[in-house]
Amino acid sequence: MTAATVEVTARGQPSGSGAPVTNRGALAARQFSFWYGEKQALFDIDLDMRSSAITALIGPSGCGKSTFLRSINRMHDLLPGTRHEGQILLDDADVYRPEVDATALRRRVGMVFQRWNCFPKSIYDNVAYGPRINASLPRHELDWIVESSLRRAALWDEVKDRLRQTALGLSGGQQQRLCIARTLANDPEVLLLDEPASALDPIATQKIEELLYELKRELTVVIVTHNLQQAARASDYTAFFYMGRLIEVGPTDRMFTAPQEERTNSYITGRFG
Amino acid sequence: MTTAAKPPTRRSGVYPAAARAGKLRRRHAVNALMAGLVGLAAVLATLPLVVVLFYLLKQGASSVQWHFFTNMPKPVGESGGGMANAIVGTLILIGTASLIGLPVGIGGGLYLAERRGSRLANTTRFLADVLNGLPSIVMGIFAWQFLVRPFGHFSAWAGGVALAAMMIPQVARTTEEIVRTVPVSLREAALALGYTRWRTSLTVVLRTATAGVVTGALVAIARIAGETAPLLFTAFGNQFWSTSLNQPIAALPLQIFTYAVSPYDDWHAQAWAGALVLIALILIISLVARVATRGRFATASD
Repeated sequence: MTAATVEVTARGQPSGSGAPVTNRGALAARQFSFWYGEKQALFDIDLDMRSSAITALIGPSGCGKSTFLRSINRMHDLLPGTRHEGQILLDDADVYRPEVDATALRRRVGMVFQRWNCFPKSIYDNVAYGPRINASLPRHELDWIVESSLRRAALWDEVKDRLRQTALGLSGGQQQRLCIARTLANDPEVLLLDEPASALDPIATQKIEELLYELKRELTVVIVTHNLQQAARASDYTAFFYMGRLIEVGPTDRMFTAPQEERTNSYITGRFG
Repeated sequence: MTTAAKPPTRRSGVYPAAARAGKLRRRHAVNALMAGLVGLAAVLATLPLVVVLFYLLKQGASSVQWHFFTNMPKPVGESGGGMANAIVGTLILIGTASLIGLPVGIGGGLYLAERRGSRLANTTRFLADVLNGLPSIVMGIFAWQFLVRPFGHFSAWAGGVALAAMMIPQVARTTEEIVRTVPVSLREAALALGYTRWRTSLTVVLRTATAGVVTGALVAIARIAGETAPLLFTAFGNQFWSTSLNQPIAALPLQIFTYAVSPYDDWHAQAWAGALVLIALILIISLVARVATRGRFATASD
């Protein structure tokens, strides 16, 4: 399971033959606007986020990229006074349809946060937390889910001997990978990450990026990052947000070498933000 | 080593060196004085408890013998009387009050914390604060009016309800405060894993806050254990053995009250012994609260 087993071009299409690539979990925003009370935070966002690819959302603080990310799995539902217009399509169906259950949606669209937030429970219980919502899961099946999720998060070898110990004893990078494992245990189609590496050292960051590279074969990955190098290194597509609007989106290599918008160019060359 | 040891002249400032040294001495003196005053206040704060404990031990210890816990009250003049019925009665009253008061109090506190901005939460919080300051005798009168008069007789459960009503606002407010300290990120993690809001509240938020909630509950129990006024015309007291919730029931504070105002010396001694047992009970509950809290916050934080 090395990163080289699947070659992925900048367009997110697998070039290697026979690679296990699914199309499920494709995301798209259509004329999506969002308000916190009176304040409009997003303006008419149109953005496709392909499956089996990593889309990075970049932009200066307060540009709406995190708001947009949280709109995808409806984390804003719990905030009073928020509203939206337009659609966010998951497999061509709007996630804001009234019959969509937000909790069911969040199991399909997993989310990892900036600051790792492991529960004060054992490593095993952290990963098993999501699957346990189905209380009737047999023990051996739960064991299997925990092990495979930890393997997918490249954490199994480091924690297999201490699954019953508290998760809070792990290092920051390990805790963040545990949070990813916990999300994977729900077998989501989409993985949303809100600056997952901004509080990690370079080595832990590299591990997360390698992990995402592995995971994108089976998932749609959308990552918000402040770190432009990270976006350039780790993503297939980059979307630049500024003041609540999507300014430009394209394959990452083109975005960083030949951006078409002046504001994109200014931002990635460090003239503001 | 006279001039050489002198530190290099600093900015001389407004005052000559001698005056500065005087100022410094004065500041040190004020500092020492203030530290002493605060220390004295700390000692004074614990003094009443120490005196009470000491005096209780002196007066009550001789009467606290095995038969005090096993025997029933005896008529004046007979030796070997005890407060078995009052001890059991107090435990029953505490149990009844906790069964009603803790679920309602903790549930209410959870609501206050999770829906902190809603109108119902704001109203409830305000009323809980008012209720917290309500004199316990007033609570007793209300319990009498609504739980004793309509039924025509005093009862243990009327006393239990009166005590529960005293617990609820306190438990609700401490639960709210503790639950509010649970980081939002933990909530978000559970929600993002597809948990509904109430399951998140119960399995993550309340579980993380368990140690603090347990402490709050035990403190509330310790407080009501010694309440007398709400029991005066609800549980009423009982000189005989009774564990029925539907009958008047004995309670340590009531028994102490009855014995203390009596003119008999051996009843006075019994009152002291009862007071000692009551204080010991409250002390034990407080100690349990401390032990329950210790070590668990270490894992809950960060």
